[in-house]
Amino acid sequence: MTNLNRRRFLSIATTLTGGIGVLFASIPFISSFQPSKKAKALATAVKVNLSKLEPGSIIKVIWRGQPVWILHRSKEMIEHLKDSSLDLRDPESELSVQPFFAKNAYRSLKPNYFIVEGICTHLGCAPIEKFAIAPADMGPDWKGGFYCPCHGSKFDLSGRVYTGVPAPSNLRVPPHRYENEHTVIIGETEGTENV
Amino acid sequence: MKFFKIITTSFLLLIILSSGLVIGASEENQVENFLVAKNDVSDLNSLQRGARNFFNYCAGCHSLKFIRYNQIAQDLGLDESQLVQNLIFTEAKPEDAVIANMLPSDGSRWFGKSPPDLSLITRSRGEDQVYNFLRTFYKDSTSPTGADNRALPGTSMPNVLWLVQEQLNEKEFDQFTLDIVNFLDYVSEPIQSERKRVGIWVILFLLIFLIFSYGLYKDIWKEVH
Amino acid sequence: MSNNQDQSMFSNKILRWIDDRFPLSSLIREHATDYYASKNFNIWYIFGVLSLVVLVIQLLTGIFLTMSYKPSAKDAFDSVEYIMRSVEWGWLIRYMHSTGSSFFFIVVYLHMFRAMLYGSYKKPRELVWIVGMLIYFCLIAEAFFGYLLPWGNMSYWAAQVIVNLFGAIPYVGETLTEWIRGDYYISDITLNRFFAFHVIAVPLGIIALVFAHILALHHVGSNNPDGIEIKNYKNEQGKPIDGVAFHPYHTSKDLVWITVFLILFFAAVFFAPEMGGFFLEVDNFEPANPLQTPEHIVPPWYLTPYYAILRAIPNKLMGVIFLASSVLFFVFLPWLDKCKVKSIRYRGWQYKLALGCFAISFLALGYLGMQPASGIYVVLARFFTVVYFIFFIMMPFYTRLEKTKRVPERVVYKK
Repeated sequence: MTNLNRRRFLSIATTLTGGIGVLFASIPFISSFQPSKKAKALATAVKVNLSKLEPGSIIKVIWRGQPVWILHRSKEMIEHLKDSSLDLRDPESELSVQPFFAKNAYRSLKPNYFIVEGICTHLGCAPIEKFAIAPADMGPDWKGGFYCPCHGSKFDLSGRVYTGVPAPSNLRVPPHRYENEHTVIIGETEGTENV
Repeated sequence: MKFFKIITTSFLLLIILSSGLVIGASEENQVENFLVAKNDVSDLNSLQRGARNFFNYCAGCHSLKFIRYNQIAQDLGLDESQLVQNLIFTEAKPEDAVIANMLPSDGSRWFGKSPPDLSLITRSRGEDQVYNFLRTFYKDSTSPTGADNRALPGTSMPNVLWLVQEQLNEKEFDQFTLDIVNFLDYVSEPIQSERKRVGIWVILFLLIFLIFSYGLYKDIWKEVH
Repeated sequence: MSNNQDQSMFSNKILRWIDDRFPLSSLIREHATDYYASKNFNIWYIFGVLSLVVLVIQLLTGIFLTMSYKPSAKDAFDSVEYIMRSVEWGWLIRYMHSTGSSFFFIVVYLHMFRAMLYGSYKKPRELVWIVGMLIYFCLIAEAFFGYLLPWGNMSYWAAQVIVNLFGAIPYVGETLTEWIRGDYYISDITLNRFFAFHVIAVPLGIIALVFAHILALHHVGSNNPDGIEIKNYKNEQGKPIDGVAFHPYHTSKDLVWITVFLILFFAAVFFAPEMGGFFLEVDNFEPANPLQTPEHIVPPWYLTPYYAILRAIPNKLMGVIFLASSVLFFVFLPWLDKCKVKSIRYRGWQYKLALGCFAISFLALGYLGMQPASGIYVVLARFFTVVYFIFFIMMPFYTRLEKTKRVPERVVYKK
């Protein structure tokens, strides 16, 4: 005589426990996809010494396999940033990726150093520096910034993207903090060591 | 027919006898280790002492290329400053692997054989062998290093621990070297303590599942006669 | 539309949609709910299912290992340690795979032994047996190719020895070994091609053969411990009265034993992954060194019986021939065994004795294959090699002499 209730209970108990087992068993496999300890070790923060960086010059470093630029903005460059007549798609950086402290016109902790990922937000090419004011190829209104040769996207000296170009958002600013006046650590923000 | 039965019975006896011989004939061909390393990888204190001993006396020549400093700190319960102050004597960062400063080429030139990496030494030679090696150095004026070893005669390695051995008594030196062996045991498989912990849960879970699936099986097969 | 809506197996609309376009319900009926197998299966009948379980484990863990393993002589050994230490849970995936390869052979040997106990290779199941033997050959190849991949010192030298065996073949031997290696020595090139075989070529073959194996079995129906054809006695519905449907009867029973198996399997994985050097050899924790041979070159435990036979013969070519024959003889069992009765329960004492001697000699040879080939070990290896071959060669004779017991009409089932 088949007790249907007992059968149902046992079937459900077995299936449920089995299902939980399969779930737990999948954890190691799914977790193994995460960055390995080696990847995490290689992804640590990069310390950059800025004492030899002249105003108007740029250093390029690699962090997590990506190019990161540090621009020592000159006084004129900082002045040009205050110009609100620039035709920007996202002047307040609402759509763009940056640490909380970079949601401003300078998009950096200190106005004189600009730290940005050198990757065009359109399809990933490396933009070129165009710091000269109104050169022939950029037109009379150009106040300095970056130009991406792949599809013509333009960014200002805070990496903010202009309207009318394919790139949808401003250049990404990586997390960073200053150890002292001349040393910036890219990959860590204030209060977080070894992110 | 009877003759055939005699043949086959004696054949069977012969087979049983031979199997007995096979079982009895297993000689141990290993060198008798007169010291047995009774180390406990779950003993964090011992591992910390072993790590200290290793990095002070061994890491100048021997690398542990398969383990990173920060892994050692994490597993042994050290914070970063303790790690850097007590264990890192090179330019290495905590996330780097443990690489000795000595170049392998220099090692071959100076000792005839470059000091091997020790990441897996206890897994490939066994804890007892390593323990005996560390414990059985003795003075030998005929050897280029001034010492030889009873566990590995003709070894190119000098007696690095000779001063420690003079400063400690027998029991203390036993502990000193055992701690190093324990640390190397840990390094050869850092996950071993966790693997046993996880294993207990897995077996427990499977036992619970066994109870349910057995009940279901019995219920389904009840009508079968 | 093949099914009347009211009689469909499925209440779910999506499943019904699939069923109209794919033989889902007929497959389920034919191979599960309406496939009848004897009700008196004992423990020997679980090893086929367990082989399937281990195959799935090996495929799954193998895929994940391939994500991090590097098949080059320079990086292979280090990449295995990378998996063990750096990849999250990599150690577990690796241990499951190494334990799985040993458990595969345990399970397959017991599975084959079942066939020898109950005559499962006899008519009409000869093809099931032959396909099974092909799977066994593929498994040996898979283990051989896989064993080189960690690029440990034992990996290297075991591959060296086995590949050199091909050099024993007259005339073509040297060319053949060079062709297999792709180089003049076991090199990076050899490693890379063994990787290709281990990861894709042989697994595809195994999967296809397992398919054929099960299909052939279902076509004739499973055997049972009494060696009786249950299809001889059917009830009014046309179902064998001594059989029960595969699902839910055998599935529920198998689930219990699969769980028991998993407990043993994971006990090994978590508490004894090296198994005293049998599952993970001690010499393999040192990287491959062409200048230094391990003290004792031994194949993994599951191949040591054949290794013992190989070394027992003093001539290189004859040794290889004996080695090959020792594996090939199994294929001919359906035709060597002249007894009309299938199950050992009703067979004469001759077969019981012969099978017992065979089993003992297989185990003894396994042990001897791990020992150095000297002194008493060689003598014993030669003795047991003789026993091993007599089992096969004399089988047509002693099986004809068997005085069998009366085989019952219906299966013996004790609750």
